[in-house]
Amino acid sequence: MSEHPGVLERLLSGDVTALARAITWAEAGDARFQRVLSGANERVGKGWRVGVTGPPGAGKSTLVNEMIGAHRAADRTVGVIAVDPSSPFTGGALLGDRIRMDGRSSDGGVFIRSMASRGSRGGIARATVDAVDAMDVFGFQELLVETVGVGQAEYDVVGAADTVLVVLCPGAGDGVQALKAGILEVADVLCVNKADLPGAERLVSDLEEAVELRAVGLRDGWITPVISCSAGKAEGIAEVMSALASHREWLEEGRLREHRSVRRLAQVRRAVAEALDVELWEAAGWRDRASHLLENGKAHYDVVADLINGLRDAVREKTEGSTKER
Amino acid sequence: MSERRIRVLIGKPGLDGHDRGAKTVASVLRDHGMEVIYTGLHQTPAMIAEAAAQEDVDVVGLSILSGAHMQLFPKIRDELTSRGKGDVLLVGGGIIPHDDIDALEADGFAKLFGPGTKTTDIANWIEEEMKTRFEKEGDEV
Repeated sequence: MSEHPGVLERLLSGDVTALARAITWAEAGDARFQRVLSGANERVGKGWRVGVTGPPGAGKSTLVNEMIGAHRAADRTVGVIAVDPSSPFTGGALLGDRIRMDGRSSDGGVFIRSMASRGSRGGIARATVDAVDAMDVFGFQELLVETVGVGQAEYDVVGAADTVLVVLCPGAGDGVQALKAGILEVADVLCVNKADLPGAERLVSDLEEAVELRAVGLRDGWITPVISCSAGKAEGIAEVMSALASHREWLEEGRLREHRSVRRLAQVRRAVAEALDVELWEAAGWRDRASHLLENGKAHYDVVADLINGLRDAVREKTEGSTKER
Repeated sequence: MSERRIRVLIGKPGLDGHDRGAKTVASVLRDHGMEVIYTGLHQTPAMIAEAAAQEDVDVVGLSILSGAHMQLFPKIRDELTSRGKGDVLLVGGGIIPHDDIDALEADGFAKLFGPGTKTTDIANWIEEEMKTRFEKEGDEV
């Protein structure tokens, strides 16, 4: 070990503050995070990733708290990323998910990080997957991502998780809601929380019907179970955990490799798109060229065509040039 | 690309159950563009320090109205230091006598804000402090 070990070395030796700093770098888009992760690439993929999503107030944080408890009782370590929304006006955020997980984090086997969405609108932040990768490298066995409270169509969590748990509660719509496309389709496990409230049984049967009609949980032949629980009373937690474990077994027996490589590829594609945006829009002067063309009265699709054709020509010239050299 | 944002933990140590002030300050800091983690009532020094470490906050703000600040505040400072977070910008507020303010500010606390402080003054002061701190920071990969 060097005299002043860096963040990567400290992270690999189990220093929580190094993990915390790496996540801060990931959130800031700091290039040092990429170097940390590249230095530990072979350790990514050991933990199991569960995404917990659902509408605001459904009880996601409370259920996550119970899930942490269940994992700890079985002596498994847990890392949690809990995402809350950033203000679109000031960029600030009040992150309150930790309150529901009171006391869990003092136990050495639990790491909880609150994350602001910072303008992302898919239910998680741009840096959420990076942060989960960092917790994975650190060595946490169970990795949980709690999304912001979502509506019907924010399902970026699919790209962050091996298993997606959708948490609902009674009193938020009829059976047709359960048939709509969007968040319910991506559920590997459906959980009706607050099962002691009126309307819970009806919601469970509506969801079960939707599963039967193949309107939800369409993915790859897995039949999505519908579980009811009362996270606030710690009831039904064992059933939720067992449904999650079944999905894990099912994936591990079959499509896990494919599932994960599709996800990795999407992650690379997203990072490329972000990097290209910076490279072209700022560094290569696309912003200036676009604003120049617009001011000269060009229609906006013509401006787009001009930029894209210019790029295509440049790429073609380069490949032809290098073929000739050979 | 994103930028570095100021992250703040607002903690309520000990047994006092009044968090109107803590919530007010948390909201004002949020409106100044900071990311504020509020950890709720009845926190032990170890809980606050552990949360600060995991959240990698730049600022820890403690609110106390019970009179136990001379017992709890230094303990929190020690718990932070033992977790490698001794460099955090440590501030506090509440019903704290002038003599105690002087003692704490001589002992690891950057600033104590008493009753009557304008909330925007707190936000502006933190922004100014963090500007110089972010410039100086330099962790190696």
